[in-house]
Amino acid sequence: MSAPLWLRAAVVSVVLFIAFILAWHVATRGAGPVARMDPEYAKLMGATATEGKSAMPGPLEVGAKLWEHLQHPFYDNGPNDKGIGIQLAYSIARVTAGYLLAVAVAIPIGFLIGMSPLMSRALDPFIQVLKPISPLAWMPLALYTIKDSSLSSIFVIFICSVWPMLLNTAFGVAAVRKEWLNVARTLEVGTFRRAFTIILPAAAPTILTGMRISIGIAWLVIVAAEMLVGGTGIGYFVWNEWNNLSITNVITAILVIGIIGMLLDQILARITRLVTFPE
Amino acid sequence: MTEGRTDPMTDKFISIEGITKRFTAPGSGSTIVFEELWLSMARGEFVCIIGHSGCGKTTVLNILAGLDVPSAGAVIVDNEAIEGPSLDRAVIFQSHALLPWLTVMGNVTYAVSSKWRFMSKENLHRQAQKFIDLVGLTGAEHKRPSELSGGMKQRVGIARALSIEPKIMLMDEPFSALDALTRGTLQDEVRRICTETGQTVFMITHDVDEAIYLADRVLLMTNGPNAVLAEIVENPLPKRRRREDVHRHPLYYGVRNHIIDFLVTRSKNFAGEMRDKNFDRRAVPMVRPGAPPGEPARPASSDTTDPTPAAAAEAPVTPARPGLIQGGRA
Repeated sequence: MSAPLWLRAAVVSVVLFIAFILAWHVATRGAGPVARMDPEYAKLMGATATEGKSAMPGPLEVGAKLWEHLQHPFYDNGPNDKGIGIQLAYSIARVTAGYLLAVAVAIPIGFLIGMSPLMSRALDPFIQVLKPISPLAWMPLALYTIKDSSLSSIFVIFICSVWPMLLNTAFGVAAVRKEWLNVARTLEVGTFRRAFTIILPAAAPTILTGMRISIGIAWLVIVAAEMLVGGTGIGYFVWNEWNNLSITNVITAILVIGIIGMLLDQILARITRLVTFPE
Repeated sequence: MTEGRTDPMTDKFISIEGITKRFTAPGSGSTIVFEELWLSMARGEFVCIIGHSGCGKTTVLNILAGLDVPSAGAVIVDNEAIEGPSLDRAVIFQSHALLPWLTVMGNVTYAVSSKWRFMSKENLHRQAQKFIDLVGLTGAEHKRPSELSGGMKQRVGIARALSIEPKIMLMDEPFSALDALTRGTLQDEVRRICTETGQTVFMITHDVDEAIYLADRVLLMTNGPNAVLAEIVENPLPKRRRREDVHRHPLYYGVRNHIIDFLVTRSKNFAGEMRDKNFDRRAVPMVRPGAPPGEPARPASSDTTDPTPAAAAEAPVTPARPGLIQGGRA
């Protein structure tokens, strides 16, 4: 008799986590050689040189920092000192705005491409050329035309999340089983009713898969975009803390970015499960 | 033999007039699937079509459904040429084609609401329930297709087709994916429902026994390409037949052997037969295997105005085995 799989997997996960934390702790414990130096000179040097501390923060420091952030996530001490919660809220708001814009554009156009072979072929060269462009390459053009850094980052999110949704929608719509369409035809179902009652539910799992890929990409890109545009957001926070040389904060932010990304993915996964039908 | 229904010669509820289906393959000219098919069906008639794969049976059905268009010719239903699919002609698909995201009730109401767009929710529900009950699925209304067995799925397909109260039902091998027991039960159900409601049915099948059990007339098609409707077998069995004893009817094996002989040998070499007999596609021979000789079979002429008793006289084809004919006369 053995424990269920999920339990064994959880045990392995915990063991791996502890091993990683221990290794990290040991590696950053710091027992480096302490150089003898003039106290005046020592003031100019970092703790690494004077006390033999590791330049890398250990898990305890990061944990303490994380705890500190979690206790006051929303403090606001002016432009360069905002709580991590505020920064995340900015990022999530931008991602949501750009992403919803992309949904509004990609799904109708995807339907069009999927339903019309003519439009599929006509739009194909544009998609093929536009799709591989790195979203950040649009940034200067966006800043120049929109003249607003925050809107520009929303545009960048829009442009990066539109492609997977567009292609998946088009594919899902074009791959709707002929027999279901024939059912609609024999029942004299009109184009709009057919689009909403046959094609949409039939293509929904594929469309949602595209949306899930898109939210992942959008969350990847927002960090980079905010590093460029600056001001607010978790990407800016990371870059700002790098400039402050606060590696502890950088690591904390990395961890938080990962967790939020996972949550966004899980939300989409949950919705995908709702629209998936067994056959 | 025509008890309870009008003569197909006079009542042309469905009239298939010289339809041809051609495919143009790039480079290699065109392939004719079937050519100049003429047929008429009476209201309330149950017609089965049998032929080997590739003879274009499904294409004929799709043309009747309006899902496909003939390369030449036309189909007239109830005095109107068909143009595209219609709610008057319900299709039961071989693959049942249920919408997997809807429940049984949802699938049937979808059809009902397509026919009666402004029907109240209550009435929609009532109409759907009536046909769900009719096919014996009471209690399974809230199941999804994935939770149903193959036979139950096909029952839903039948309920969906019946629920819109069509003028014609078109069935594309509806039972071929089912196991023998389920198939038998469903055949009984379909027979019962169609007799009760006087439904006009056009059905494709590969199963000779199924055709004899269900059909008033069985259409025999030659092998494709260039398939033709070779012969129409009028079912000599009484309209009231029961599964338990239908195969003991004295004429049963006469009909069965006639059809099987056609499928095994004649369907391949029909071109020769056509030449010998001066075959008229508009007056396909109608045969009544094992029938007493006094009763002549007539040509199932669909549109022909010229009386051709000569063709009719040539038409009867005697079954290959004389012994069975004797059985038929007994």
